[in-house]
This record gives sequence, C-alpha cells and structure tokens, in this order.
Amino acid sequence: MHDILSNFINLDAITILYLFGVGFVGGLVSGFIGSGGAFVLTPGMMSLGVPGLVAVASNMCHKFPKALVGALKRAKYGQVDVKLGIVLGISAEAGVLYGAQIQENIKKAFGDAGSNLYVSVAFVVILGTVGGFVLYDAWRTYKSGNSQTAETTGKLAKWVQSINIPGTMVYFKSIDARVSILFTIPLGFSTGMLAATIAVGGFIGVPAMIYVLGAPSLMASATELVIAFVMGLGGSLKYAMHGLVDIRLAMIILAGSLFGIQLGAIGTTYVKPFMIKVVMGLIMVIVLFSRGLMVPVYLAQLGLIEKLSEGTVSLLKTTSFAIMIFALMLGAFIVLRAMWQGRQAERMQHATGALEHGKV
Amino acid sequence: MAHSSTKKKPVGAMIVMGIISLALYATLLLKQDVVNSTFAQGGLYALLPIITAFVFSYFHGTFTGHFWTVLGVEAAKKKMEVK
Repeated sequence: MHDILSNFINLDAITILYLFGVGFVGGLVSGFIGSGGAFVLTPGMMSLGVPGLVAVASNMCHKFPKALVGALKRAKYGQVDVKLGIVLGISAEAGVLYGAQIQENIKKAFGDAGSNLYVSVAFVVILGTVGGFVLYDAWRTYKSGNSQTAETTGKLAKWVQSINIPGTMVYFKSIDARVSILFTIPLGFSTGMLAATIAVGGFIGVPAMIYVLGAPSLMASATELVIAFVMGLGGSLKYAMHGLVDIRLAMIILAGSLFGIQLGAIGTTYVKPFMIKVVMGLIMVIVLFSRGLMVPVYLAQLGLIEKLSEGTVSLLKTTSFAIMIFALMLGAFIVLRAMWQGRQAERMQHATGALEHGKV
Repeated sequence: MAHSSTKKKPVGAMIVMGIISLALYATLLLKQDVVNSTFAQGGLYALLPIITAFVFSYFHGTFTGHFWTVLGVEAAKKKMEVK
C-alpha cells in the first residue's frame, strides 16, 4: 500500500491550475478533432513528478468521461455514428492490449531508451505519412476553392464500399453504405495500437474513417469520441485494477477539459468540414518535429550514436516539450478563431436577413 | 418592442449543477488521503475511480454545457454557409 501511495504527488494550487489549463486546451482540441491533448498531458504530468504509468492511467481515466460528454454533445448535432464508434472501439480495445504488450516486450529487451525510441519512431513515421497526407488534402481542398461544397468520397473509400463479403457487411449511417467489418477491424485495431503507443489513437482513427471508409470529416471526428470512450473505459479499468489511477489528477484535468470539449464541439457547427483536417494535420506535423528532436537522445542512450552532452539533451527535451505545447495551442487558436469568424458570419446573415425583411 | 430570438437561459440549472460540481471537487481534494488509499487498492476497488469519473462527468459536464449557453456561446442556428 505504501508503495502505491508513493506514486501520488502532492497537489498545490499551481499544479491544480496547470492541470486545469492543459485539460481545457486539450479538451477544446478533442471536442473539435476527436482526439488530442494526451500527447501533452502525459509528459506534462510526468514533468510534475508523476510516474509514467500513473500519468498514462490518470490521463486515460480523464479521457473516457471527457469523450462521453463530447460524444453526447456532438450527437445532438447529428454528427455521431454510434454503431461505427462501437464497432471500431471494440477492435481498438484489442489493439490497445496488443500494443501495450509490444511496449512491455520492447522495454524488457531494450530498456527505457529502447521503448522511448520505439514510441518516437512510431510518432515520426505515422504522423509524417498520415499527418502529411491529411494536411496536403486540406491544402488541396482549400486551393481548389471547393471548401464550400460537400466532401466527396475518395477512390480508396469507394473501393472499400464496393467490396461485398457476405456475412460481414454492416450498414453505417455516417458512410451511408454497407462496409465489411473485415475492413473496420484492422482499422480499429490500428487505432488502439497507436493509442497504446503514442496515446492518441485518433491520429489513425479519424483519417482512417475519412479516407478508408469514406465518412465525412465532421462525423469521423465526432465518432472518434465514441471510440475514445470505449477504449478509455477499458483501459482505465485495467489500470485501476492495479491501483495506478490517481483520481485527483484525472478529475482536475477533467474539470478543465469539460469546459474545453463543450466549446470545441460547439465550434464544429461553425466551420467548414475541411477545417477538421487542417487542425488535425497541423497538430500531427508539428508534433512529429517535436518527437523527431528526441530521436538522437534515445539513439545516444542506446549507444547507437555518439554520446550527447547533458546540455544538448536538456535543450532537446525542453524544445521538444515546448513544440508539443505550441502544437496544442495552435490547434486551440485555430478552433477559437474559426468559431469566432463563424459566429460573426452568422450574425451578419441574421442582420442582413432582418434588414431585407424590413424588421429593423 | 425589442426583438429577442434568444431562449430562456438555464441560469438556475447552471448554478445548481455548479454547486454540486464544486462540492464534489471539494470533497475529493479535502478527503484526498482517504480517497487515494481506498481507490488505489486495485481489484474490485477499481470500480471506484470509474464510478467517480461517471458521476463527475455528469454533474460537471452538465454545468459546463449550461455555462457556455448562459454566456451565449451556442451551436450555429442552422447549417452554416461556410466560406
């Protein structure tokens, strides 16, 4: 018991405010793109002296209630496909367990540095390819001047929708088509594996729903909240059974993130769908640089390159964390700005309408 | 007569939910030693943090929802003609 309790840090007012603030910004971004925040929250908690596993567990225990509130809010706007979320969520749960097992094996074989290197390389490769593509797609939509029009289904998604495997077909309202669960299972599994590795499964889940299944961006990002709820609930229970959840940390972060997630969800009703891709792609690419900076540190720890001086390691660590915070803040800024512009546009429309009808 | 298209704001509900939420947080922080030692026992006690998360999310989630509504931050009235 004493050992377990020593996992829990003392909380002072500044720590509480810090967690509340990061929770708010993380919640704002999650409400908008369906995920995000964890990549700052987990290292953020660790910087306060919280042991790694307790930080992961406490982050997860704030994630599922946050995702629940966000999903309910966005369901009111008709953006959630519950069936797709649950189907992907269950396979994601399996992916989380498998991903955690891989992590453990790597840690046993190569120690902390090996595990950190694996996480960083996963970050760089996945965020580089998927994030780069999401951002490129958003840029292409913006340049083509078609950002007004409804999103079209891509070639890959059309092909996936055209495959008929008897006995495995399920209708999903977000896609408005029947898709074989033989396609959804690996997608959910990868989402879970990524969640277990880099804590943000949505960086795979949302693009997969958009580009592989053909779901609209708004519905994909909202449905990701259902997946996050399913995954987070299972994960929290697993960690709680080992006494690793610091409920105080989880609930303080939740306090801020519930303010944020409501705002982020409201924001989705004001913006063009491609803005989801802009925010997600930008965050992914910036975070990629943040994690990329840490790769030499871990390579040096493993003895694969020359040893780095303490000053260099410290500089790289600080810069990496600062870039992550910047990524989250930029995401939050874009969401708030887009929302502000949307509200202004709505007010203008009302004012013009009232003038035209001679009400003013 | 002044034209108003706004619905009645849920000020009362926000205050009630806010007080309950505040009470929950106060209890959690004031009794943190007991909470930590009980919740961290693992096994079946794992249900305690899960139940806590659901309870907090209900009361605090409803409060934050009303909070933005009272401030006038609400979803777009119709599908926006976004630019």
